[in-house]
Amino acid sequence: MSTHDPTSHNADGHDHDHAHGEEGPHSTLRGYATGFILSVVLTAIPFWFVMGGVFEKSSTTAILILFLGAIQIVVHMIYFLHMNGKSEGGWNLLSLMFTIVLVVITLSGSLWVMYHLNQNMMPGMMQDMKNLP
Amino acid sequence: MADTTATFTGGGAPLGTHTPSPPRDGELKFVMTSDYHPPNGTLLGFWVYLMSDCLVFACLFAAYGVLGRNYAGGPTGAELFELPLVALNTTFLLLSSITYGFAMLEVQKRRQSAVIGWLAVTGVLGAAFISLELYEFATLIHEGAGPWRSAFLSSFFALVSTHGLHVTFGIVWLITLMVQVGKHGLTAPNRRRLMCLSMFWHFLDVVWIGVFTFVYLMGVLP
Repeated sequence: MSTHDPTSHNADGHDHDHAHGEEGPHSTLRGYATGFILSVVLTAIPFWFVMGGVFEKSSTTAILILFLGAIQIVVHMIYFLHMNGKSEGGWNLLSLMFTIVLVVITLSGSLWVMYHLNQNMMPGMMQDMKNLP
Repeated sequence: MADTTATFTGGGAPLGTHTPSPPRDGELKFVMTSDYHPPNGTLLGFWVYLMSDCLVFACLFAAYGVLGRNYAGGPTGAELFELPLVALNTTFLLLSSITYGFAMLEVQKRRQSAVIGWLAVTGVLGAAFISLELYEFATLIHEGAGPWRSAFLSSFFALVSTHGLHVTFGIVWLITLMVQVGKHGLTAPNRRRLMCLSMFWHFLDVVWIGVFTFVYLMGVLP
């Protein structure tokens, strides 16, 4: 339980060995700064789109802000969560991929199914049901 | 990676090892030639927890996506949401993410007091986020737009307050770690805990991106 392990760490923190065990990824000021600036830009643009009423059609705005949100999530994953293909021997990325597949199925599946259910529950449909023998 | 020698008494071939040297009185020696895998994969385990949490939020997002326009004659998102407030909240959370990043950089430099300082800043920003969110909820409920009003508001409160609850517990965890680091220093277990909280905190920011995009910004669109 030593506070300092001289074999795996230099005092200035510029060690690039990957034998950290539980140390996790090495982070740099440049990485955090890049991620932060990109996030600020990617947050400001969608707020500006919506609050400034930049586009006439809501669907254009919706698609654009969803796209920017997706990019910002990727930025956070790379610069703040240090996601790459090598961390934890690739298992981090693999579990992330699996989760993304499940999330996409959950979201798109729910929206799709419920949208159709809503359509089939329209008043006209109920009338048809009543007229059935 | 340097070769690691493991000694086993009583035999039984461990994984990932080969070339046993000649055994002497019941003792087997193995030389590991592959990379050493820590027996305690806390960070991977924590990541898997976060992924399961991601599924919880996916279900809440799906519920909001389905019910988000069912106003039951009540107020709509465009009438209720105050985007400047949401922008301020987003700023708090984004700033807290970068200050936690600064804390992790100080962990690498083993500067204990700087770590505690940045953690305190992160905690204050998190608390500001929670206060603003509670203020928003109180205003909504005061206006008669509580979670009981419509399916839209039920799913809205379920999603946003689950995120807020996560941030609240993140702050509790953060204070606990500040005490731990203050008491025991940046020991290996404390560094591991800080790493886990770092993932948790940044993950909450990722979820918030989804919330402000999907709920607030798209909610006010006509």
